[in-house]
Amino acid sequence: MHAILSVFRKEFRENLRDRRTVISALIFGPLFSPLLFGAALSLSIERGTADSDRPVVLAVSHAERAPNLLAFLRQYRVTIEPVQYDDSAARAAVHEHRRALVLVVTDDFGARLAAGEPASLLLYADSSDAPGSRDVGRVTTLLGQYGSLLARLRMAARGIDPLVLSPLVVQDIDVSTPASRSVLALGALSYLVLLTTLMGGMYLAIDATAGERERGSLEPLLTVPVRREHLIFGKILATCAYMTLSLVLTVTAFAVVLRFLGLERFGMSVNFGPLVALQVVLCCLPLVPAGAALMTIVAAFTRSYREAQTYLGLVLLIPTLPLVFAGVLGLRPAASLMAVPSLGQHFLITSLLRDEPVPAPYVAISILATLVLGALLILVAGRLYQREALLG
Amino acid sequence: MIEATHLQKNFGPVEAVRNVTLRARDGCITGLLGPNGAGKSTTLRILYTVLVPDSGDALIDGTSAVREPLAARRLMGVLPHGAGVYPNLTARENILYFGALHGLERRERQARAAELIQLLEMEEFADRIAKGFSQGQRVKTALARALVHRPPNVLLDEPTNGLDVMAVRTLRRLLGRLRDEGHCVLFSSHVMQEVGALCDAVVVIAHGTVVASGTPEELRERTGAGNLEDAFVRLIGTTEGLE
Repeated sequence: MHAILSVFRKEFRENLRDRRTVISALIFGPLFSPLLFGAALSLSIERGTADSDRPVVLAVSHAERAPNLLAFLRQYRVTIEPVQYDDSAARAAVHEHRRALVLVVTDDFGARLAAGEPASLLLYADSSDAPGSRDVGRVTTLLGQYGSLLARLRMAARGIDPLVLSPLVVQDIDVSTPASRSVLALGALSYLVLLTTLMGGMYLAIDATAGERERGSLEPLLTVPVRREHLIFGKILATCAYMTLSLVLTVTAFAVVLRFLGLERFGMSVNFGPLVALQVVLCCLPLVPAGAALMTIVAAFTRSYREAQTYLGLVLLIPTLPLVFAGVLGLRPAASLMAVPSLGQHFLITSLLRDEPVPAPYVAISILATLVLGALLILVAGRLYQREALLG
Repeated sequence: MIEATHLQKNFGPVEAVRNVTLRARDGCITGLLGPNGAGKSTTLRILYTVLVPDSGDALIDGTSAVREPLAARRLMGVLPHGAGVYPNLTARENILYFGALHGLERRERQARAAELIQLLEMEEFADRIAKGFSQGQRVKTALARALVHRPPNVLLDEPTNGLDVMAVRTLRRLLGRLRDEGHCVLFSSHVMQEVGALCDAVVVIAHGTVVASGTPEELRERTGAGNLEDAFVRLIGTTEGLE
């Protein structure tokens, strides 16, 4: 035990002096990922809000042929720009991005309308142009509404109840709460928290194994009267300490960034106060020993620092696999799924952010299963350090 | 006192060490001389318990390095080949770390580190981070680290590799001093001059096995050679891999 602590203290202190470890574990991951996340989130929210309110600009050729239609469109905040285009001019204007949308009223529009025959309108848009194609949906919907308005008026004029045209009434009822809506946008948060936690211990795990061998300090270390597994336990403990620091910093930074973001303005509330932050840290903590042991095992297998970096880059992806499967298959929390490390943590974090109660057995299953995996991996790491091939 | 009997170690099909028997007495500097790849490092690695032999045994002051490696390690100070130090620790911290791993109390290991820093003339760089150390400074740090627990037996694998003349002189002086204090010193080298100048006893090793052992005089007499260098060449059959 004494030796484990000696190794722990030395690894902790030595890596605190290593700029690469400190930047990756305590600065880059914990601070930059919440900031980037916040920036991306606020950008996407602002665009989403802007879309429904932004007035659509519609260039209309021969507007004088359909005054009522244009009055109708103006009511729905469509800005009309009168132009005089024929077919080829309209195509060219849209193609060259001078106009996003062009509506051409055909010359017999008024006559056909008066005769009760289908009257044609030509709507020019470029579907490969993202902003233009968003507007085309709105304009098409409005034109459809105008058309059905005319139909109702015609039927009323013929003494038929316009309701026969509406055999079905569909109402969308959105039961999402502000908190649950924001979770859709915050789905990536648990992934980022797990990733930065692992990154926090990555360089120490490499330095303590592949790095130690590459520097030639492993062999002297193996000549001290300490059992080899105790040496590796001390190193894993130091990796755990850095991962825990990284986890706490990351979650704190997320809590602060999301508060400043003011998601309430967009009808979303994030349940991320100090208490929830603490709970997020606590439910991720069991993953720390498992991650530290896994990275140590992989790094101990490699021949050089560089090789270890390559393989650990892949290891960082492992905890994200369950999250991807959960997303694709639309998995919901269940007792068996809580036992899957990283997926259990993902469900717990999501539930905490949604302000939904989590059944106590679920929490217990997640914590226990992850801790058991960690203990097994630590034992494997201890066994690996007994091998002679360790010296390379 | 180090006694190895019938050590055998294979790496796959390669017989790295074949039936090696050797003895290094207390109060003596014993040199393990042989060309590169002769099995010197493997033999030493078995003695300092990093490798386990396929057969045979090694006794360190009567304690088996094979069956009781932890106890045997307490009796040895080891300077492995190319001994690396921790670049982000100072020389003193490197020494203190090994003192802690040897179970020395804080005050004891601090006193011992200060003593070794003086003995090895390390005052100038003792509290600098080891990152920019010269080879000589690194070897001194590694040597102090190996001696922190006052081991009765000292094993060194090619300790003079890459050292400048001044550092070699310091090292020789230190090994002589350890001998005079009654330590058992065993070191490997492929440099004939060095072994001739330093050693009380020589074990000549080639192709994984011991070809001769004795004092330098005995080896000269046995081969009928006028000087030690010729004696080694007659014993090994070639100068390839020797300096």
